[in-house]
Amino acid sequence: MCLSIPSQVIEINKDEMTAIVDTLGVKRKVGIDFIADEVKVGDYVLIHIGYAMNIIDEEYAKESIALYQEIIEKMEEEEKRAMIDESDNCPSGGGG
Amino acid sequence: MVLKDLYDRFRDPKAIKALSKEIEKEAEKLDKTINIMEVCGGHTHTIMKYGLLQLMPKNINFIHGPGCPVCIMPKERIDHAYILAMREDVILCTLGDMIKVPGSKGSLQDARSKGADVRFVYSPLDVLKIAKENPDKKVIFFAIGFETTTPMTAALLENAIKQNIKNILFHINHVTVPEVMKELIDSRDEHVDSYNNQIDAFLGPSHVSVIAGSKIYEQFPSKYNRPVVVSGFEPVDVMEGVLMMVKQFVEGRCEVEIQYRRSVSKEGNLKAQELIEKYFEKRELFKWRGLGNIPKSAWKLKDEFGEFDAEKIYELPKEEIEDHKLCICGDILRGIAKPTECQVFGTACTPQKPLGSCMVSSEGACAAYYKYGNLL
Ligand code: SF4
Repeated sequence: MCLSIPSQVIEINKDEMTAIVDTLGVKRKVGIDFIADEVKVGDYVLIHIGYAMNIIDEEYAKESIALYQEIIEKMEEEEKRAMIDESDNCPSGGGG
Repeated sequence: MVLKDLYDRFRDPKAIKALSKEIEKEAEKLDKTINIMEVCGGHTHTIMKYGLLQLMPKNINFIHGPGCPVCIMPKERIDHAYILAMREDVILCTLGDMIKVPGSKGSLQDARSKGADVRFVYSPLDVLKIAKENPDKKVIFFAIGFETTTPMTAALLENAIKQNIKNILFHINHVTVPEVMKELIDSRDEHVDSYNNQIDAFLGPSHVSVIAGSKIYEQFPSKYNRPVVVSGFEPVDVMEGVLMMVKQFVEGRCEVEIQYRRSVSKEGNLKAQELIEKYFEKRELFKWRGLGNIPKSAWKLKDEFGEFDAEKIYELPKEEIEDHKLCICGDILRGIAKPTECQVFGTACTPQKPLGSCMVSSEGACAAYYKYGNLL
């Protein structure tokens, strides 16, 4: 029941309390009763049973993505080191 | 930011792997196993789908919680829907997998095959349209779900009143998360000996918290000494949430933290909360399937909106109905048994022919184990 694919707002109709959003290229009309005061065209929102629940905070999303990038790089660096260590300490001494 | 980043990055296998290494490192510092309950069925689904259990160190255990609105619906309320649907003058509308769940008389799907007009709607907005197109029928919305879907039902009622649509009625089954979390802790604390594992911490639901805010969990660290990390639904979110949780234990902290900050604030969506308060009030008791009666754990329409309340307008049976005797959904919802411990799991009970409700919804623990069980 719960999907968390973000949708982008492309048109707003305040009189009707609806917006047209784009979810992975699929356009649909959703209720904006809960975000009507703040929503702007271009915002990312989460849709649940035909209503936008919130506006996704891009700053926080970027922060998370940057954090993951950092952790991935750290891991890759550690993996590289482990590989180098392993080859340096090769028990057979590299045959020679 | 591009849209693609917003979903790809939170499913990135590399990030999942990197986080799992971090979790492993931190978990080595723990001197005991921690049992984390993911309250919400959406999390159960993600955990099973992406095989996250295999990425956890031995001392991190997951307990699947009761957060699947279809799974916790008692049979007598499904019977209400069935009885209402069988009336000639009624169109019964509901969401999700609800129409497949068997009550004592059968499922709503069965009612439909007997000629009842049952409609599966994608959104409460569709109910408005159906009501306008069928002015000579009563259109009853069988409303289900947690804090996430409650404001949408309120918005439907608000729109029906504004547009003066008189033929929409409601059967309200909206339930709330903190009350069931409390019940799960209390019932364990009472029977400490009979349960082999404890709930040490909660992974807080995503969408429930978007609406209600992380403030609803504050009582858990302060009164119950259980930390809560509100986490998003994507696999990377869940992994980061677990990492934050493990760090709390390592550092001796116990608090509410939000991993899912791109969508959750402490306050939540105040507009949505206002709408709920305007139309609904708490029931004294509500029976959860497998868990029994839980105080203040569900909403009903306020008396002043009684003219919209199908439970007031129609005579509906009050007796409680027992579940199938082999079904252990109750223990699964409490987190004291895993689906595979059920005698009929995968044999007499499958998603095609479910005996219990945990097998019906894709968010149910039994269905998730059935579908992704080969990953275990
Ligand atoms: S496998 Fe079926 S019968 Fe067994 S607990 Fe799950 S839903 Fe109930």
